[in-house]
Amino acid sequence: MSLMQVEDLNQLYGSKAALKGVSFSLEKGDVFGLIGPTGAGKTTLLRLLDQIEVPSSGRVYFEGQDVTGSGRLRSGARRKISIVFQKPVVFNTSVYENVAYPLKVRGNNAKTVAERVNMMLKTVGLEGYGKRNARTLSGGETQKVALARALVTKPQVLLLDEPTANLDPLSLDMIEKLVVQFNRDYGTAMVIATHEMAQGQRLADRIGVMIEGELVQVGKPTEIFSTPKDIRVAHFVGVENTLKGKVNSNRDGLVHIDVHGRNIEAIANHYPGDEVHLCIRPEDITLSLQGSSTSARNSFPGQITGLALSGALARVELDCGFPLVALITKQSAEELGLQIGKQAHVSFKATAVHVIGR
Amino acid sequence: MTELWDAFVEALRLIVSLDHEVVDIAWRSLRVSAASTVLAGLICIPLGGLISFRSFHGKRLLINIIQTFYSVPTVCVGLFVYLMLSRSGPLGGLGLLFTPTAMVLGQALLITPIMLGLTISALSGVDKTIRDTTLSLGASERQAIWAIVKEARFAIGGAIVLGFGRAISEVGVAMMVGGNIRGFTRNLTTAIATEAGKGELVLALALGVILIAIALIVSLGVNLVQQRH
Repeated sequence: MSLMQVEDLNQLYGSKAALKGVSFSLEKGDVFGLIGPTGAGKTTLLRLLDQIEVPSSGRVYFEGQDVTGSGRLRSGARRKISIVFQKPVVFNTSVYENVAYPLKVRGNNAKTVAERVNMMLKTVGLEGYGKRNARTLSGGETQKVALARALVTKPQVLLLDEPTANLDPLSLDMIEKLVVQFNRDYGTAMVIATHEMAQGQRLADRIGVMIEGELVQVGKPTEIFSTPKDIRVAHFVGVENTLKGKVNSNRDGLVHIDVHGRNIEAIANHYPGDEVHLCIRPEDITLSLQGSSTSARNSFPGQITGLALSGALARVELDCGFPLVALITKQSAEELGLQIGKQAHVSFKATAVHVIGR
Repeated sequence: MTELWDAFVEALRLIVSLDHEVVDIAWRSLRVSAASTVLAGLICIPLGGLISFRSFHGKRLLINIIQTFYSVPTVCVGLFVYLMLSRSGPLGGLGLLFTPTAMVLGQALLITPIMLGLTISALSGVDKTIRDTTLSLGASERQAIWAIVKEARFAIGGAIVLGFGRAISEVGVAMMVGGNIRGFTRNLTTAIATEAGKGELVLALALGVILIAIALIVSLGVNLVQQRH
């Protein structure tokens, strides 16, 4: 039994579909990263998970029970789930009272409230802030109060909507550490919505990519990055080389794909006539001056059209009849004497090409 | 102009000398209007919270109707309450007509629309995220409404002051259901009307000055509290 599960969730706002057939499940202790561009429906999904919105259709299960249709079950679930909104608001009262609020509405006595609030304020680094008016705090401090307020009840699920969108690096680091610590200490399951992939990668065990209201792909972070299921996912996770092509032949899984008149070989189960997208990670491409004889199945001459150095790496843009970006070390670039306008050979393995159907 | 000046001096004299009848009248005005404001507040704040919190068909229309009654003529409310409380009326058996209690009920009814309407608009000024936040933190509907009311406390305070101001300055209800009985239901406004009718213009004006002074003190007091936050 999953801690939380949603089935075929749809949410309509007027005629606009904010969510389309979203299904996934969350286990105890899971950290699930929800990534996707702004407006993809991440916030809507979190609001449905938190039971502050009701879906147009579909089911939400909490601890194995379908809570969708019952106000009583929904408010019961809500008490075990916490959310921190993207722009959290604090009540116009003291920091202490803000963090005490969820405990007080649950009818805890003053002694318990004081103990837990003070412990929580210490945990988030707001010791001594108790008497301050919460509205006078900075953005990072407000976020900490909101997080303390959400965690003080030790919820089973914590939903975070862009938790660090407007924070300085120090606060960001602190909030991320806190989230990880809570997950480890209490087994709190988490859903973290972020448009920042790196954050998803850092924090999450599993990632779901949301695009235009659909949960397009769910998997381990490495899976999503190496084998995006969909060209939109590939674009979102930053696969730099995406090419359009058409399959010419398939021999035991080794396919020949026509890309702008060039023949690229890849491992895929697509068949002649299939229109496909090809994804090639820039770091999987090697450059040489002469077309050397390597085991790489793909080798093309090309002209360097762009060269940018950043740190130890060089980002090389080439025109091989199709555009391609390669990422090599700065040292290699210097040794090869790469310059804009010069010719170079690119090569990459058939296994470095990830093929997506169109 | 001399009459205004005389009235001001007379008002000061009446206040300083603590003229028994004037103090009695002013105290009654204050008590009756305070009671009607409290009564209306007890109705308007929870009811306004509920109307503001829930979404239902006809909500917009309901708010429009409430707003229409902001300017209901005081004599109309007076007449309505009179009919309710008169011996042949549905509440005639209570024997409340021409008592301070009747004045409290009438004034409360009079100021309910404006206090209700302003409470609703005060609550709609609260960040919508507060509602979601309270619910997500586990509050029941009642607890959530209370939290939102607390967020809007200063604006609601303004609504209460306005209600009190309308109650203490109205004459129609007090006259019709109170009956302006000397020593029993006569308040500042009915006394002003009576004295003016008798040609005692200076006394009438002096009572008016006292009335305005009370309204001023209440409003200043509330301003002070609001500014401190």
